[in-house]
Amino acid sequence: MPENLLPGSPHEARRRWMAVLARASADTLAVRLGQCGAVPGYRRLRAPESGLVMVRGRAGGGGAPFNLGEMTVTRCTVRTDDGCVGHAYVAGRDERQAELAALFDALMQDPARGPDILANVIEPLAAEQQARRATVAAKAAATKVQFFAMRNMRA
Amino acid sequence: MSEAVSLPGFADPVHEAQSTFRAVLDAMARPGQLHRVGDGLTVPAPLDQATAAVLLTMVDNETPLWLDPAAAAARDWLAFHCGAVFVEQPELAAFAVALTLPNFAMLSAGSHEAPESSATLILQIAALDMGSRYRLAGPGLREPAPLAATGLPAGFVQAWQQNHALFPRGVDIILCAGASLAALPRSVSIEEA
Repeated sequence: MPENLLPGSPHEARRRWMAVLARASADTLAVRLGQCGAVPGYRRLRAPESGLVMVRGRAGGGGAPFNLGEMTVTRCTVRTDDGCVGHAYVAGRDERQAELAALFDALMQDPARGPDILANVIEPLAAEQQARRATVAAKAAATKVQFFAMRNMRA
Repeated sequence: MSEAVSLPGFADPVHEAQSTFRAVLDAMARPGQLHRVGDGLTVPAPLDQATAAVLLTMVDNETPLWLDPAAAAARDWLAFHCGAVFVEQPELAAFAVALTLPNFAMLSAGSHEAPESSATLILQIAALDMGSRYRLAGPGLREPAPLAATGLPAGFVQAWQQNHALFPRGVDIILCAGASLAALPRSVSIEEA
């Protein structure tokens, strides 16, 4: 088991790569897997299954928690022949995406492959997702109404 | 997650859980009748296929589970696949898994107001088609039915009589061996044959 998953140590790194994988589509993941060369075989410990999770929110980030609504989530757990167990929880009902994300999570825990996959799969995917978010944010920012002009007029 | 969780659960969770549930239902309705469940399941030691299939079907995070310390090796597997909540005190358990017959008094027999809240004992024994012979009688049996079991202790019939006398309270047993199961609901009376 890699050091960052030992009990008591922070799981930040794994949380980040699981989030990046959960946002990547099945096709993207399949292409990336094809570029990884020889990948160990794996078996499903828990086959992909879809269900609902309750999303909870807090008004303003600090109010009393309320149930915002349910969302569809698909989860999967696989175990590679090397003995690494990978989990994935992805939004939606794409079972292939969940299975591939779980496989990548398992591969990331193999000390021999983890750094390569981090550099060749996770980081490029994270960069793509960041760029996509930035594009959307830039488009949205262009429509932002600046209220300070009115305030200035009244003053 | 522990390395012990290296085995899958049901390959087809919905249908296999439904067919196992049906088998348990039929077994409870016809005490002593043998049913096959869990074929093809790869199970963690020391559980048998039938035991594992019943647990995968019946146990979830709302049913406190007491696990025989002798079966502790299967704990992580049950936690992962069932989401089981383990309890240390057998009297709190809705389901109890045992490899040797525990004292019935340790388990919840329910109350007169809510006899259905009693525990169900999932007892794994060596074999269900040979060994000591018993005669079962009671609801679901037009005429007394035979049961053969290897692995029930010598005092089983006396212990069962005390449990049976509590009716409508009492513990129900699901006997599991290999991929076979038979049920002994609290309503059945057992004698040695």
